[in-house]
Amino acid sequence: MTDDPIGLPHNPDPRPDNQDPALFGQTPWQTVGPFFHYGLPWKGGADLVGGSDIGARTDLFPEEHDVLHLAPPRGPVRGETIALVGTVRDGEGRPVPDAMIEIWGANAAGRYHGAADDRADVALDPGFIGFGRAAVSAEGTFRFLTVKPGPVPIQVGGNRWQAPHLAVGVFGRGLLKRLVTRVYFADADANDEDPILALVPEARRQTLVAPRVSEDPPTYRFDIVLSGDGETVFFDL
Amino acid sequence: MPDARPYRAEDPGQPPSLFPPYRSTALRSPRQPLVRVPQTLTEITGPAGTWEALMGPALADLTCHARGLGEAIGQRIIVSGRVLDEDARPVPDTVVEIWQANAAGRYIHRNDQWNAPLDPNFTGTGRVVTDAQGRYRFTTIRPGAYPWGNHRNAWRPAHIHLSLLGPAFATRLVTQLYFPDDPLIEIDPIANAVPLPYRNRLVARFDIDTTEPNHALGYVFDIVLRGRDATPWEP
Ligand SMILES: [Fe+3]
Repeated sequence: MTDDPIGLPHNPDPRPDNQDPALFGQTPWQTVGPFFHYGLPWKGGADLVGGSDIGARTDLFPEEHDVLHLAPPRGPVRGETIALVGTVRDGEGRPVPDAMIEIWGANAAGRYHGAADDRADVALDPGFIGFGRAAVSAEGTFRFLTVKPGPVPIQVGGNRWQAPHLAVGVFGRGLLKRLVTRVYFADADANDEDPILALVPEARRQTLVAPRVSEDPPTYRFDIVLSGDGETVFFDL
Repeated sequence: MPDARPYRAEDPGQPPSLFPPYRSTALRSPRQPLVRVPQTLTEITGPAGTWEALMGPALADLTCHARGLGEAIGQRIIVSGRVLDEDARPVPDTVVEIWQANAAGRYIHRNDQWNAPLDPNFTGTGRVVTDAQGRYRFTTIRPGAYPWGNHRNAWRPAHIHLSLLGPAFATRLVTQLYFPDDPLIEIDPIANAVPLPYRNRLVARFDIDTTEPNHALGYVFDIVLRGRDATPWEP
C-alpha cells in the first residue's frame, strides 16, 4: 500500500476476506431468507406467455415501496399454453409459505433461449424467453403459465433426446442453497426413454412426473416435498 | 457449435442443505441423497441478456429510489465488484439483484415484526447488469444487524442479500455479503454453515479507492460463479 501525505497506510491491513487471493473460488450460497418478496419476484414473473401479473406477493410490503417491475406484454407465443401448479411442503407435510420457485424451459419447438443453444434448424420464439419466477402463496402454492416445451436434445449436435421437461429451482427460508429438480409431463410418451429420469431410482420417479389435473388451460400438478415422506427427487448438477 | 462443456461441481466451500444450528433447515432439507445427473442442454443454457424484458430497468442507487421521496437515512455506502467465473474470467451482461434491511436493521417486509424504525425513504432493493468486464456497482445504505428467532438472543450480522443467474441454469447463485470486523459473523448460524476459510469469501473489503470523497464509504465484493469443466457429456 502506498502511504499518503499524513503518513498512514492508504488502506488498512486486510483481514482474510473476499479479496484475499488465497481464498479465490466459488462464492458460497446463503439462504434467501424470509424477506425476499419486495426484491426478487416481479409482477408477471410466473406468466411466461405474458398478459398477467402473477408471481409477485405485493401484499407483503407497503405500496409506496413497490419498485417491482411489471413484465411487459409479450407477442403471441407459439405452442400450447399450460399451467403448472403445486404446493411446497416441509418434512412434516406442512405448506411452506416463504418459498420461491424458478422454472427454465425450452419453447414449444424445443429450442432454448440464449447463445448456448444455436441450432439454426429449430426456431426461436421472439415472444418467449422460458424463465419464470414465483413466490409461493401463504398456503405454499404456486402457479405458472407457460408453453408445453418441446423435446430437446441432450446436447447441441447430439442425436439423443430428452422428454419434454422444465428445470426447477426451489429457494426459501431454511434452504441454505437452491434445490434443483425437474418436472416431466405424465401424458408425454417419451418419459420412459428420458436419460435423466433413467438415473432416478424407479420408486421415486413419480415425484418428477406431473399429472394433468384440469383443462382450460391444460394444468399439470407438481407438488414439491422438501424432506421426508414422498420427498421430491433433487439433483446434484 | 457452442461450448457444451458442463459447469464445475460445488467446491468444498458450499454449505450443506442440512445445518442443525440453523434450525429451519431441519424440516426443509432433503433426507434422500441428491441424484447426481450430468448437465444437459437444459442446464448449460439460461436466460442471459433478457433482464430488462423480465425484471425491468436497473436500480443502482438505493438511497433515493423510493418513488422520488427524500434521501434514505444511514451510512451511505458503495458496494462494487466483479462477477467472475472460477478461471477469473469476467461474466458480463448478467443481472445482480440485491435486497436488504435499512440502517436500523428493519426490512419493509410485512412479516418483519421487529420494532426498529422503518425509513419511509428506503426500500432496500436494487438490480444492475454487469458490464463487459463483469463489473457491478450499487449505492446504498449500510444495513443494520437484526434479531431473529433461531435461538435465544440470536442476531443476524449486517448483510446484503445478492442474487445472480450467470450464463446458465447451472450457475445460479444466491448469497449474502457481510461487512469486515462484524463480531456477529462468527456466531451466526447461517454464515457458519459455510466452513472456514471459505466463510471469509462472504466478507466484503473496505476500500478507500471505491470510497467517494464527501459522499460514501466503499466496499469491494467480487462474486465467483461456477466455471466450466473439462468435457461435454454424451452417453
Ligand atoms: Fe436478511
